[in-house]
Amino acid sequence: MEDMLFYDRMQFAFTITFHYLFPQLTMGLSLMIVWFKWKFLRTQIENYNEAAKFWMKIFAINFAMGVVTGIPMEFQFGTNWAKFSELTGGIIGQTLAMEGMFSFFLESSFLGLFLFGEKLLGHKLHFITGFLVFLGSWASGYLIIATHSWMQHPVGYEILENGKFVLNNFSALFSNPWLLPSYLHNQLASIITAAFVVSAVGAFYLLNNKHSDFGKLFLKTGVIFGLVSSVLVAFPTGDLVAKNVVKHQPVTFAAMEGIFETEEGGSEIVLIGQPNILEKKLDNKIAVPNILSFLTYQEWDAEIKGLNEFDPNTYPTNIPGLYYAYHIMVGLGTIFIGLMFLAAIQLFRKKLFTTKWILWALLFMVPFPYIANTTGWYTAELGRQPWLVYNLLRTTEGISPTVSSGNTLFTLLGFIGLYLLLGLLFLILVGKIIYKGPQTIKH
Amino acid sequence: MELFWYIVLMCMLTVYVILDGYDFGAGIVHLFFAKTEKDKKAITNAIGPFWDANEVWLIAAGGVLFFAFPTLYAASFSGFYLPLIMILWLLIFRAIGLELRGQIHNKIWETIWDKAFGIASLLLALFFGIALGNVVRGVNLGMVTDGVSAHEPHYFFLPLWNPTFSPKAEHLGIIDWFTILLGVIGVIALTIHGANWIIYKTNSELNTKLKSIIFKLNFALLALVVLSLFIWHIIEPQPFHNFIKTPWLWIFPIITFTGLFGLFKVRTFKKDGMGFLFSSLFLFGGITSTVASIFPKLLPSTNTTNPDLTIYNMAADAYGLSVGVNWFIIAVILVAVYFTIQYKVFKGKMDNVGYGEH
Repeated sequence: MEDMLFYDRMQFAFTITFHYLFPQLTMGLSLMIVWFKWKFLRTQIENYNEAAKFWMKIFAINFAMGVVTGIPMEFQFGTNWAKFSELTGGIIGQTLAMEGMFSFFLESSFLGLFLFGEKLLGHKLHFITGFLVFLGSWASGYLIIATHSWMQHPVGYEILENGKFVLNNFSALFSNPWLLPSYLHNQLASIITAAFVVSAVGAFYLLNNKHSDFGKLFLKTGVIFGLVSSVLVAFPTGDLVAKNVVKHQPVTFAAMEGIFETEEGGSEIVLIGQPNILEKKLDNKIAVPNILSFLTYQEWDAEIKGLNEFDPNTYPTNIPGLYYAYHIMVGLGTIFIGLMFLAAIQLFRKKLFTTKWILWALLFMVPFPYIANTTGWYTAELGRQPWLVYNLLRTTEGISPTVSSGNTLFTLLGFIGLYLLLGLLFLILVGKIIYKGPQTIKH
Repeated sequence: MELFWYIVLMCMLTVYVILDGYDFGAGIVHLFFAKTEKDKKAITNAIGPFWDANEVWLIAAGGVLFFAFPTLYAASFSGFYLPLIMILWLLIFRAIGLELRGQIHNKIWETIWDKAFGIASLLLALFFGIALGNVVRGVNLGMVTDGVSAHEPHYFFLPLWNPTFSPKAEHLGIIDWFTILLGVIGVIALTIHGANWIIYKTNSELNTKLKSIIFKLNFALLALVVLSLFIWHIIEPQPFHNFIKTPWLWIFPIITFTGLFGLFKVRTFKKDGMGFLFSSLFLFGGITSTVASIFPKLLPSTNTTNPDLTIYNMAADAYGLSVGVNWFIIAVILVAVYFTIQYKVFKGKMDNVGYGEH
């Protein structure tokens, strides 16, 4: 039983972590492609169209990876988490079925047209198909976050005698207070990933003295998108998400921030520290007094509950994991704002394209938005543990009763092998496209 | 309400089989009959812009199954754990085979992905036939041994096979001689279907050869379908029970055989789309006849201790099902619009679209 839960959780964590590497880029990138195409329609400058086509090519490979790694996510609800599906399917099945019907069809139908249809359709219609692909990918994010929000903060349900959750208010699923802040926060984080990828390719071209026109275009666009999104991801959206956690999952908030004891006269914000579960304190702490209280309640001396105020049975299962995930996300987010701010100043002073160290920094940063996005998800998901549906259904109660741990281990290993291969192929192909550069695409 | 969603689900699955079925079939044709680079190109061009959207029908049907019949989703997905995960892996292989092949021009690279695409398509066709066989044959619900259930009445787990390969064994496996028979029917039917699609969408040099292959395979298909009908009574004591009770259901088998007999005239069709029409009729009729024969069961129980899984005891709550109808109708209209646009833009022969070079 213990083994089974462990392998089931590992498999889901592994497959979803790998899967989300792709849509987080495609959601942001589709917006930027639409932007390039739009600029082309407005200005008729051919480079914008070439830029759209170049990123479309990378988008297509990312999209394909996202699709093939996404199908297992849907299957796993039934294969590995059968009891959870049985009990909550009447509710989360609703949002997941809507995702299939409303977003996947839209995306996949128009992606084909977008990729093959430029000549057949003309630029205006081509722009519209691109916009519809963007709309589909964002709708997909919305319905997934709606599902996620219901698990974090269940609404519009009742529980029958046999333990089944049934829906009694459809619109509540979409007016869930958890939904909108999480959705915007998540979408902005995807724009950050795309902006960093686009700027890094730009920086690569300039440092390499190749495709310099495109390098400049990518850098300019990437930095502007990057600055705006990295500021908005922290404030107001990140702030609103955190306030939801304080309000609805206070024990999670205490663990995220590493507050073991409630402090009188307001809580300090911890910049660096290591949770020590045995002694119930943070080791090696660097903190600024009272800031957390202010950020949370806009009062310097507001009291924030520490873990000591809660029943230990309700603690998140992995406090250090949660704490680190959260702090890595926040720390990286701060670095993103700083770097994009500096880059934007240089852009404004028309010196960005020659400031070598910023170009190198932007190139070096590529993996970090992915890490920040992933740790962000971990914060949300580890924060919810030990619950599948917060406070109502435990993770231990959700696994498939008839699938033994050996089967799950076998399929976990299979997924690891397959995904390593996919990841390698992906890097080779995208590397090749980037190296060849724009204007190499024959249509 | 349950009936509405049951019909929706069956329609979606049938649409999926007809659409993604021609992709699988094209893959099988690719594996066995494509000798030259030109043949291969004709085949991938014929399915290039479509296969991705076709596959969405599976994901969407999965979503609808999850939402409308959550208990069935839970029971069957965990019960058929191993084959389903393998189907996933095959779907992944087939998709990346198609996507990646054209990205690098190297003989070995291309051969690897050609084979991945072809073999995965073949195995998927086989597995889907086997899956249909499992649904018809039923499973040991609750995993009952000597009258005692090891699990809740609807949970089960099937190994890939048991040593006897018999559909009447106490401990059933996924693969036995009956399900393999349906698997082979699946492979042949989809090969024919895929070949018809290629004929319809391209002016390939393969086309004449494909017509004679379809003609020959059709004999095998007819023979196996008749054989499977004959041995059906081993699996189901009264195979025609529903048809006797509700005579209008005969329309489905009639459609099946219309499609099947129509295919024998493949070499004399004036229009290239006719063959595809008949193989679609065959698939539509075959699936609907099969599900009509077990209705209202979704998964029959092979033991007498636990009841069959039916559309009534597996459905979600009434409120959820009824609000779902509203968004579903809007969604289906949108989907119809997308597909109309897509098939209109890419109408006619696809020889010059140049898939794989985007």
